[in-house]
Amino acid sequence: MKEFTYERAASTQEAAAKAKETPGAKFIAGGTNLLDLMKLEIETPRHLIDVNGLGLDKIENTQDGGLRIGALVRNTALAADMRVRKDYGVLSRALLAGASGQLRNKATTAGNLLQRTRCPYFYDINQPCNKRSPGSGCAAIEGFSRQLGVIGTSESCIATNPSDMAVAMRALDAEVETVDDRGRTRKIPIAEFHRLPGDTPHIETTLASGELITAVTLPRPIGGTHVYRKVRDRASYAFALVSVAAVLQRDGTGRVAVGGVAHRPWRVEDAEADLPKGAKAFSARLLADAKPTNDNAFKIPLVERTVAAALNDARQQ
Amino acid sequence: MKFDKPAEANPIDRMQVVGRAHPRIEGPLKTTGTAPYAYEHHDVVTNPAYGAIVGSAIGKGRIASMTLAEAERAPGVLAVVTAENAGKLGKGKFNTAKLLGGPDIDHYHQAIAVVVAETFEQATAAAALIRVEYAPADGRFDLEEALKTAPLAKDPNSPEKDAPPESRTGDFEQAFAQAPVKLDELYTTPDQSHSMMEPHASIAAWNGDKLTVWTSNQMIDWGRTDLATTLGVPKENVRFVSPYIGGGFGCKLFLRSDAVMAALGAKAAGRPVRVALPRPFIPNNTTHRPATRQRIRIGAGADGRIIAIAHESGSGDLPDGQPETATNQTRLLYAGPNRLTSMRLAVMDLPEGNAMRAPGEAPGMMALEIAMDELAERLSLDPVELRVRNDTQVDPEKPDRPFSRRNLVRCLREGAERFGWTRRSATPGAVRDGHWLVGMGTAAAFRNNLLVPSGARVKLGRDGLVIVETDMTDIGTGSYTIIAQTAAEMMGVDIGRVVVRLGDSAFPVSSGSGGQFGANCSTSGVYAACVKLREAVALRLGINSAEATFSDGQVMSGNRSAKLADAVGEGELVAEDKMEWGGLDKSYQQSTFGAHFVEAAVDSFTGEVRIRRMLAVCAAGRILNPTTARSQVIGAMTMGAGAALMEELAVDKRRGFFVNHDLAGYEVPVHADIPHQEVIFLEEADDKVSPMKAKGVAELGICGVAAAVANAVYNATGVRVRNYPITLDKHLNRLPGVS
Ligand SMILES: Cc1cc2nc3c(=O)[nH]c(=O)nc-3n(C[C@H](O)[C@H](O)[C@H](O)COP(=O)(O)OP(=O)(O)OC[C@H]3O[C@@H](n4cnc5c(N)ncnc54)[C@H](O)[C@@H]3O)c2cc1C
Ligand code: SF4
Repeated sequence: MKEFTYERAASTQEAAAKAKETPGAKFIAGGTNLLDLMKLEIETPRHLIDVNGLGLDKIENTQDGGLRIGALVRNTALAADMRVRKDYGVLSRALLAGASGQLRNKATTAGNLLQRTRCPYFYDINQPCNKRSPGSGCAAIEGFSRQLGVIGTSESCIATNPSDMAVAMRALDAEVETVDDRGRTRKIPIAEFHRLPGDTPHIETTLASGELITAVTLPRPIGGTHVYRKVRDRASYAFALVSVAAVLQRDGTGRVAVGGVAHRPWRVEDAEADLPKGAKAFSARLLADAKPTNDNAFKIPLVERTVAAALNDARQQ
Repeated sequence: MKFDKPAEANPIDRMQVVGRAHPRIEGPLKTTGTAPYAYEHHDVVTNPAYGAIVGSAIGKGRIASMTLAEAERAPGVLAVVTAENAGKLGKGKFNTAKLLGGPDIDHYHQAIAVVVAETFEQATAAAALIRVEYAPADGRFDLEEALKTAPLAKDPNSPEKDAPPESRTGDFEQAFAQAPVKLDELYTTPDQSHSMMEPHASIAAWNGDKLTVWTSNQMIDWGRTDLATTLGVPKENVRFVSPYIGGGFGCKLFLRSDAVMAALGAKAAGRPVRVALPRPFIPNNTTHRPATRQRIRIGAGADGRIIAIAHESGSGDLPDGQPETATNQTRLLYAGPNRLTSMRLAVMDLPEGNAMRAPGEAPGMMALEIAMDELAERLSLDPVELRVRNDTQVDPEKPDRPFSRRNLVRCLREGAERFGWTRRSATPGAVRDGHWLVGMGTAAAFRNNLLVPSGARVKLGRDGLVIVETDMTDIGTGSYTIIAQTAAEMMGVDIGRVVVRLGDSAFPVSSGSGGQFGANCSTSGVYAACVKLREAVALRLGINSAEATFSDGQVMSGNRSAKLADAVGEGELVAEDKMEWGGLDKSYQQSTFGAHFVEAAVDSFTGEVRIRRMLAVCAAGRILNPTTARSQVIGAMTMGAGAALMEELAVDKRRGFFVNHDLAGYEVPVHADIPHQEVIFLEEADDKVSPMKAKGVAELGICGVAAAVANAVYNATGVRVRNYPITLDKHLNRLPGVS
């Protein structure tokens, strides 16, 4: 680990301003991802700005009947919140399918959105990786890519976003609230928050330098049956091979976002028109442009089968 | 003491202490965090420095140049040691590749430098500043490819020096050609990582030319000897101390880079040095269980009796390495007049392959016991019945050599009964529970019993306390406890009056922990020492030791009785002996047996496999302590479940390394994967193996488990997977449609 300095920010705007003006600065929330990456020198921030003490840990009702989740709300607290369990069950289930109890106690809403990929080559600093070290190449594309992306990938990077929470938020049309160094706030629709790798896989979101996430808002509840189906090699404590976040209505319509397949939660609104026709038709459209590797070609049928499982779950509830 | 004829009645047979369920005597130390593990000996040295190891970034080639200047100038750095400045080093007998590499690189993450600094953080930060230029070379990283030209390999453990590399009985080819029912299939098992909880770690301190190493090592004498050889110092000058070990599974059988680099770093820095291997370093820097490709052919008569059986296994290793002896069990497990077993060894450039829990049998049974399931189906015979029909009470290659004790059939029958095997559907893919496809599978368990000499010293104090000292290790298995039970039984004292000291090369050399020989051999060594101590006591008390009974702290003979402690005059009474083994393993085949039963469910949508129930029935001689033995077996069953369903070191065949080299990438079972396990031990005492009449269970418990899981999965789905691990991608496209 490289030496770094540390401070506690006094306000959100100050945190954003400090982050922008200090070279090599990063925010730290729960630290469950950032510290691991620092120990391996995959991330080498020179300065850490702790954003834990800024009162961003509340869940509030919004005026239009939705929910505003503070950026520092812990994953455990969010999953257990009665409003979330009642009206946004898919989110609660996605959170509980992630990591472990101990980690969820520390992990925060903003940190979860910004957790980095689990591509094994990204984790080994001896290996070329455009995401970790831009321009060095991608060891995964012709290497061991069983876990990696099948759609929206590029010649530079085929990594996936590993978050479960973000997949549910994508299905719920969440928005990410931020503040910048000058105190200006904005709301970024979750669909525009994570970027595809293109030829800059190291730039993962549309956040500007120093921009601080203050909250995630959920629009008013849409009802329906909420399902989160996570498929993995062991029963718990593993990242998804594929996951499906679905909110399904009685008439067969609904929303479905898929995790484990792309650099961001994968949702194609147009394809949802085919949901009433079943998993096959929907998945074919959802993954129309997929370019899997030999190692991960199984994810294509797996998505279809997992969507079918989710539809089946919904029918039985 | 030499054990060269079957054991007669002896004090252990009383089973007042031995054979009873006793919790681990060091348990409270472990649960309160007061048992110091290797890195945690905080009171043994003052002023330790910290070492961080640099590993090779390439799989094969040379170091073209190495720039140390920046690291040497970094804050807190005391020394940087590389092959260039370390002086001449030897290589330990048990190491295939050098533990300090350079300029030639033998494998990925081979240690090439250690940076010693005042703090751990400074050492790791400075290690990242070493600049290395490599000249990579082409390596052999693809097992399937490498095996195409690989020669036959001898069994490295075979006692017969000139045994042919193939073992043949009868005429396999002809008998197989004529057999009415045949099977000819290829099975593969992947490279696996031990993934024990405690990483390799050492603290090294020099005092003049004497070196003490606090470490985590299963085989004290091997490690100490190999460290002396590596450093070129007399063995007497090296002391190894390893009282508590957070798991090993074979990964700590040998001297590894943590101890070597700590010793070299300590010498260079003139300070004691601590080194622990970081988790992501362990799979490529240390050893692993090698992958295998196994072809099995079995020919049977319509009655289910095996006529011909062949098992040919291929594996790879670094130059001068060893084959994975995956055909061991096939030479002994089932009857049949025509037999062929052989191994091939490909020279490869992946990290060093070596022993992992039940080397040979674990991967061998993974293949053989699927083959038996397939054969049963082709014969329309129940898989339990097929195995029963092919039982043998003699070594099938040498029919005049009986098994010392073999209760496989009872294990199978009793297991089937207890598990509710009759409820299994013989037709695969026929049982549904909601969206789950449910199946049951079985497999035999088999692991040979190995005998290793083992010494111990026993002291009797004036206070009546019995102190046992041996360099035996407890790797979480329960050695402390069963050794205390043995001494308590022999000396007729309460177990609370026994103190056990382990894991120090200052004590007599023991069997160590490996090959499931530790329990039987180390307690036999303690038995031998206790026999001597009993003689010394009897002599002092003027009692005929042959007639004496030791019980409740008293020594009795006829109507005479004396307090045990009264035999002690000044100081303490000390006896030392070593158990050595005669030829009983030549005249009798000594093995352990069991049967595994598994119920598994497969998600019909996603293909995910989830185990529902597991049962093991074991016949392994006297069970010294049912509590610790059960722990060993359920741990082994868990590891077998991992082997069946998830464990695989993924090889990057271009870059030559194991890619998923941490516990996020290399998945082992978690609690949610293991819902219900049951273990039954058949009551047995095997007088041909030792005065303890015990064998081992720790490796028996893993042998066959993965195949039982695989067979249950097949029974659930009707899709046969022959390549481990059985991940969902391997059967997904052959499961029933869902849309
Ligand atoms: C063993 C393990 C298993 C896991 N398994 C899963 C899993 O199955 N599913 C899953 O979804 N996740 C999993 N995770 C990931 C876990 O969810 C994340 O580590 C966690 O959510 C990160 O949150 P944090 O608060 O600790 O973030 P930190 O580590 O503190 O920060 C992460 C990143 O977010 C930035 N950041 C933090 N707060 C803000 C803010 N307010 N504004 C702007 N930037 C910010 C930081 O600068 C940093 O770059 C696992 C993690 C581990 C270690
Ligand atoms: S897939 Fe992306 S993260 Fe993985 S090695 Fe390639 S560039 Fe790096």
